[in-house]
Amino acid sequence: MEINATLLGQMIAFGIFVWFTMKFVWPNVSKAMQARQDSISDGLAAAERGRKDLETANEKADEILREARQKANEIIEKANKRSNEAIEEAKSTARAEGERQLAAAQAQIEQEINQAKTELREQVVTLAITGATRVLEREVDAKAHNDLLSDLAKQL
Amino acid sequence: MSDNSGGVTYYINHHLTNWSIGDGGFWTIHADSLIVSILLGSLFCWVFWMASRNATEGIPGGLQNFVEMMIDAMNKLTRDTFSGHNPLAAPLALTIFCWIFLMNLMDLVPIDLAPETMGALGWEYFKILPTVNMNVTFGLSLSVLGLIIIYSIYYKGAKGYLHELFFHPFNHWSLAPFNFVLNFVELFAKPISLSLRLFGNLYAAELIFILIATLTLSYGLFEVFTSIGGIALLLGQIVLATIWAIFHILVIPLQAFIFMMLTMVYLSMAAESH
Repeated sequence: MEINATLLGQMIAFGIFVWFTMKFVWPNVSKAMQARQDSISDGLAAAERGRKDLETANEKADEILREARQKANEIIEKANKRSNEAIEEAKSTARAEGERQLAAAQAQIEQEINQAKTELREQVVTLAITGATRVLEREVDAKAHNDLLSDLAKQL
Repeated sequence: MSDNSGGVTYYINHHLTNWSIGDGGFWTIHADSLIVSILLGSLFCWVFWMASRNATEGIPGGLQNFVEMMIDAMNKLTRDTFSGHNPLAAPLALTIFCWIFLMNLMDLVPIDLAPETMGALGWEYFKILPTVNMNVTFGLSLSVLGLIIIYSIYYKGAKGYLHELFFHPFNHWSLAPFNFVLNFVELFAKPISLSLRLFGNLYAAELIFILIATLTLSYGLFEVFTSIGGIALLLGQIVLATIWAIFHILVIPLQAFIFMMLTMVYLSMAAESH
C-alpha cells in the first residue's frame, strides 16, 4: 500500500467538511436548540409561577370560605335570637290581648247579668202586678201605683 | 460468484486494488477512495445542512431530532472532555464520527457489486471501501496530529510546548534529548495507532468477506445451483457472510466511535498543561 497524493486530498476534504459543519450546521441547530431550551425553561418557570398562584388563591379561597362560614353562623345566631325575641314578644302580646279580651268578656257578662237582673226585676214586677190583679179581681190602676211598683222592683 | 478468470489470487488482488490515476509515484491519486469518501462526506454535510436550514425551535421532525441528538451528544462529549469554551471540538467530533461511519458502512456493500458494476462501465479497478486505504486513514489521523500540535501551541504557547517536549517527564537538562525522543515517539504513535487501527479492522473485515466469497468462485453460475457441492458451498457462503455482516454492524460504528473518542482524548491532553 503506497502513500500518495490521495492523503493530501483526504486531508483537504477533511478540513473542508469540518469547516462546513462548524460554519453552516452548528450555529443554526444550536440556536434552535438553545431557543427551545429557553422556551421550555420559561414554560417550566411559568408553570411553577402558576402553581404558586394557585396555591395562594386556594389559601385565599379557604380564608374567604372560613370567614363566610363564620359570618353565616353569626347571622343564623342573630336570626335565632331575633326569632326567639319575636316569639316571646308575640307570646306576651297574645297573653295581654287574651287578658284584655277576658276582662272585656267578663265586663260584658257582668253587664249582661245586670241587664238580665233588671229585666227579670221588671218581669217580676209585671208578674206581681198581674198576680195581684188576678187576686184583687179588678184592675189596678198601673199609673196610680207606678211609684209603688218601682220601689218594689228596686227592692228585689 | 465472479467471472472465473485468473482464479482466487487474481480475484482477491482485483478486489483490493484501487483505481489509480498517475504514474505510481507520490502524485498518484486513488480516485475511487477519494471520490467515494468525498461523496459520503458531502452526503453527511448535505443531510446535516438540510436539517440545520429547516431547524425550528418548535417540535422537531424526524431528521432534526436525529441531528439534534447527534449534536447534543457531541456537545456533551466536548463538555466532559474539555474545560472551557471550545468551538472546534464538537463539530470536529461529529464530522469524524459520521464520516468514518459512512465510509465504514461501504464495507457492507456486497463486495462484487462495485467492482463488477464499474467494470461493466469500463473501469478496471474500483474499491468502494475508502477506509481500506492507508492514504484515507492517515489523511484523517495526520490532520488530527496537526490539530494536536496546534492545540498544544494554542493552549501552552510555543515556548511552553517546547519546554514540555524537552523537560517532561524528567525535569533535568541532561535528560532533555531523552525526553524529546520519548515525547516525539508518543506524539507520532497517536496518529499511527489511530489510522492503523481503523485500517486494520476494516482491511480484515473486507478480506474475510472476499475469502468467504471465494468459496463458490470455482463454480460457474449454472454449476453452483445444480451440483451438491455447489449448493452446499453456496449455503455456507450465505451463512458465513451473514454472520460476518451482522458482526460488522457492531464493528463499523465502534471503529468510528473509537477514532472520534481518541481524537477528543488526544486533543484534551494537548489542551491541558502538565
